[in-house]
Amino acid sequence: MNDMTAPDFTLATPQTEPFVRVEDLRVKFVSRDATVRAVNGISFDLERGKVLCVIGESGSGKSVMMRSLLRLHPKNRTVIEGTMRVGDHDIAGVSDRAMIDLRGSLISMVFQEPMTALDPLYTVGDQIAETVRRHEGVSKEAAWARALELLDLVRVPSPERRLKAYPHELSGGLRQRVVIAMALSCRPSLLLADEPTTALDASVQIQILVLLRKIQREMGMSMIFVTHDLGVAAQIADQVAVMYAGRIIEYGEARDVLLSPQHPYTQAMLASTAKDQDRDVPLEAIAGNPPDLRALPDGCSFAPRCKYAGPDCTLTMPPPITDAWGHMARCFKVGIGPAGKLRFDAKIAEPV
Amino acid sequence: MWLYAARRIVLTIPILLGVTIICFALVQIAPGDPIQNLLSPTASAADAARLRAAYGLDQPLPVQYFIWLGKVMVGDLGMSIANNTPVTGEVLHAFMNTIVIALISVVLAFVISMIFGIIAAYRSGKLVDKAITAIAVFGISVPPFWLGVIVVIIFAVNLSWLPATGMGASGSENFSYFRWADFKFAIMPIIALALPPLGIMTRTTRSSVAEILNQDFVQTLRAKGLSEAQVIIHAVRNIMPQAVAMLGLQLGYLIGGSVLVETVFTWPGTGYLLNKAVLTRDIPLLQGTILVLATAFVLINLVVDLAQSMIDPRLKRS
Ligand SMILES: Nc1ncnc2c1ncn2[C@@H]1O[C@H](COP(=O)(O)OP(=O)(O)OP(=O)(O)O)[C@@H](O)[C@H]1O
Ligand code: SF4
Ligand SMILES: [Mg+2]
Repeated sequence: MNDMTAPDFTLATPQTEPFVRVEDLRVKFVSRDATVRAVNGISFDLERGKVLCVIGESGSGKSVMMRSLLRLHPKNRTVIEGTMRVGDHDIAGVSDRAMIDLRGSLISMVFQEPMTALDPLYTVGDQIAETVRRHEGVSKEAAWARALELLDLVRVPSPERRLKAYPHELSGGLRQRVVIAMALSCRPSLLLADEPTTALDASVQIQILVLLRKIQREMGMSMIFVTHDLGVAAQIADQVAVMYAGRIIEYGEARDVLLSPQHPYTQAMLASTAKDQDRDVPLEAIAGNPPDLRALPDGCSFAPRCKYAGPDCTLTMPPPITDAWGHMARCFKVGIGPAGKLRFDAKIAEPV
Repeated sequence: MWLYAARRIVLTIPILLGVTIICFALVQIAPGDPIQNLLSPTASAADAARLRAAYGLDQPLPVQYFIWLGKVMVGDLGMSIANNTPVTGEVLHAFMNTIVIALISVVLAFVISMIFGIIAAYRSGKLVDKAITAIAVFGISVPPFWLGVIVVIIFAVNLSWLPATGMGASGSENFSYFRWADFKFAIMPIIALALPPLGIMTRTTRSSVAEILNQDFVQTLRAKGLSEAQVIIHAVRNIMPQAVAMLGLQLGYLIGGSVLVETVFTWPGTGYLLNKAVLTRDIPLLQGTILVLATAFVLINLVVDLAQSMIDPRLKRS
């Protein structure tokens, strides 16, 4: 370890407060028969104008985490703990009234299913204009004019005609553009995109992705982008967070996480997609099933599926280990290697 | 839209023709020879044949049908056997009495059930939900004629607030829904008629609102910052196609099935008239009443269809 260069800590310390800061977010759904612990302590920062990609298997709590940032969960059954701050707003703490005002203006969201995300009985123009009027209190004409601009922005062909169309008259790709237009209508500072391209054809996926990335850059928005698709993550992410059982188990700059993953789960996930030569293969390719969120075991949640798991991995939750470049992993067998970089080493003994 | 409406209207014509064929056939299937009923026991076979020819009954059936249809088209439904008056006037008069209280009842039930259903869906599992469900179940399970008797006992007999039966001093001729002295006669029939549809529609509204609130687009509405009141407006609009269908169904059910309630309240509507026609074996009256009711049914369905397609753009295509 003598060749280790001292990490330059000043580089990693942000000059200003990050735009988004989530600390120890926990979400559980309580019902008579069970408590589902969907999110179990998530912390991350996101700078203005940056894109964070969240990847992870189905059921790992990605959507729950996203909906928490808009407080969209059913109120009576959900317990949210931790802090979420976006800009100057304390998302976890503001009143319901204030939260409604923030939705769609400070933070907006694009959902996975464009086929069902729009009200089938209202025209596209009505639905976009409704959002504009809700937040900007402009006249109906001005709202429609803005809706037209927005359809133009998201590259909907012949936008005048499309404004008067009903959702069922549009293809999936066009509908998703409409949903994006609606989300952008009040110039949000944070865009939450929950698998916005998963339901679309491959060629349309790329178009939507390129469009989102371009608009995000132009508007200087921050974006949290959930995806199953590592190829997508590689294309648009500044930072990547890998979720497992409601926790971020690896986090860092996109190239660090995607090119030199250190957590066994991330490694297995990348290996399984690389082997198949197909980015669209779902991440379920790893043997075994994700844990039951109603009865989470102690210790590392990945232990039952981890080929490096030692007997003590199930005793306590591995703490986050972070290197000087902000690359973090939660695994007992990850340490700081030569050159100060985060490094997985199967020989590291888990604590007793 | 207009094309769809025109097509839908044209399509009702064969249905209406079918209705007339069934009404015509009804008389043919009815047991007993109508001519025998008119003849005195001593009449000869020649008398019978003459009477048969006079009524056109010696013609082949299709010819008889078209002659009858021709008359129906110009509003001639024949003469009532019992009181020898034109059936048309009597039936239309009774129909007006029925349709007005049926409409009032069903609209009342509709409005209340919408409010109840939305509240119950939002407060699902809470006390209000349970109370509303109790009212709805009561409305569905209580037979309306029994309810009729109970409201008569309470409001007419015990409290003397409302008159028990009939249409009051103005009678059927001069009855006005805008005059309290007349309208109070309609109150109890309306209550008895409104309760079952109220129960059924509350249940359906509750479940369709709950279903809509679970749909993805509601999350989009909330995510774009709409208040819960604005979300409810979207939800209500989305349950409207179904609600309108339900409304039409209940209205049809009320105008066709009000025999018992109209009999309990001696309300001179079509139910009352049907009852009378059956008991006196007045075939033309029976035929005319059924024809008017069936036509009303078909027209209600037409209106429901058109209203639905106006609300839901997806329906216009098919
Ligand atoms: N409102 C809710 N009530 C109860 N459980 C919920 C609720 N919403 C989500 N869950 C549960 O939380 C867990 C995480 O779900 P989530 O939708 O966040 O997964 P995900 O990572 O987005 O998966 P996918 O990739 O399939 O979208 C799941 O087990 C889900 O059943
Ligand atoms: S902590 Fe143990 S079980 Fe968990 S990922 Fe690391 S090695 Fe595997
Ligand atoms: Mg999801």
